[in-house]
Amino acid sequence: MVCIFKQALHLAHMFFNQVITLIKKDFRLELRQKFSIAGMLLYVLATLYICFLAFRQIIDPVTWNALFWVINIFAAINASAKSFIQQPEGEHLYQYLLVPPQAVIVAKIIFNAILLTVISLVTFFFYALFIGNLAGNIPLFIGCLVLGNIGLASVLTMVSALASRANNPAALMAILSFPLLFPLLLILLRLSKTIVDDLGMDTELKYFIMLGGMSVLSLTLGYILFPYLWRD
Amino acid sequence: MSNILQKKWWKITGLVLVFYAIVGGMLLPVPARDILNETIRNLYYHVTMWFTMIVLLTISVIYAIKYLSNFNINYDIIAREINKVAMLFALLGLFTGMLWAKFTWGAYWTSDPKLNGVAASLLVYAAYFLLRNSLDDSEKRARFAAVYNIFAYVMMLVFILIMPRLTASLHPGNGGNPAFASYDLDNQMRLVFYPAVIGWILVGLWIASIQIRHQFLIKKIND
Repeated sequence: MVCIFKQALHLAHMFFNQVITLIKKDFRLELRQKFSIAGMLLYVLATLYICFLAFRQIIDPVTWNALFWVINIFAAINASAKSFIQQPEGEHLYQYLLVPPQAVIVAKIIFNAILLTVISLVTFFFYALFIGNLAGNIPLFIGCLVLGNIGLASVLTMVSALASRANNPAALMAILSFPLLFPLLLILLRLSKTIVDDLGMDTELKYFIMLGGMSVLSLTLGYILFPYLWRD
Repeated sequence: MSNILQKKWWKITGLVLVFYAIVGGMLLPVPARDILNETIRNLYYHVTMWFTMIVLLTISVIYAIKYLSNFNINYDIIAREINKVAMLFALLGLFTGMLWAKFTWGAYWTSDPKLNGVAASLLVYAAYFLLRNSLDDSEKRARFAAVYNIFAYVMMLVFILIMPRLTASLHPGNGGNPAFASYDLDNQMRLVFYPAVIGWILVGLWIASIQIRHQFLIKKIND
């Protein structure tokens, strides 16, 4: 019994190490090609400036909320689309031989979640600067951003893995991910609306739990299903 | 599998039940309700479409899981053809629902969570067929389609089952509206409604089974 437990612990430890190494690798790659993250930020800034030119100041909470999430969602899809497309064939095979597919997907999801959170924090900062901030409770709003981006990352990474092997990955990415994101987006919109309206902790907590549940659900699905996409 | 597909008894049962639902649905007495009036008869034709769609999609997901567990290409054909028929029923359910909505709520399309759920699931399955068409290798196509099928089914289920409970809905049973059981569906209507559900599910399976056999024959010729 103790032996089995030790073995399980050892396996978990190994898995954890593999995930950490893969995340480190992704960060190193990202920092090496600075143009890709800079490109993402420029994309967000340009979009925000267009919105600023169009709207000037937004006072209506519904519009403020909707616009923020539309900008965020497009940035997230663009940022996570390349998680598998960028990889050259050789690297793919090399990883396939070295680590289990589960480690690859978990590492990618964590990496994407961090990347998307950074992008959306920058978006929020400039959005507040240009268009105005309606969120009264900023720490809570940032919490909503972080949790929302974890959910987005877990769906989008999986879709990116699906789209990357198809003929037209960029177009397919948007088509496949939008309908799958509907439930998550609806919860996110509701949650950030309640934060803007300051409806109190009761409703917010309910939405936070649902958001967490959605993330766990899509993470589990990714963990189970990704090995079938990985082997070719 | 092929055995039960070729049996006649369940097809005849399905046809008889659907025929009964059409005739009985038009002629048998229904409770008189405000606003709904005689449109309450649409229950037999609208709600049954959704039941059939959900059943078909569930069977399709089971075949997608079966495909991933032993990579038999026939399971992929079955899952795909069942999804096609399910989309047909989704569209029929949508049209009958739109007509009903026009007469009771005043508009063909409202921002109702159930309608959004249907729109989302139609988009999801349209994307499913698009994904299939954009992969060339048939083995890879089957594998990716199965993965997307499972992923999409769970997301769709979350959307259409949980979402309406979050928000106000014009549909009975959600957001403070009384449910079928307590209000429209009296015992008289149950006599038609339940046979109609079973009948349409059987007919849906029949259509799917013809499609599947047709595709199997095409595959045989191509091989």
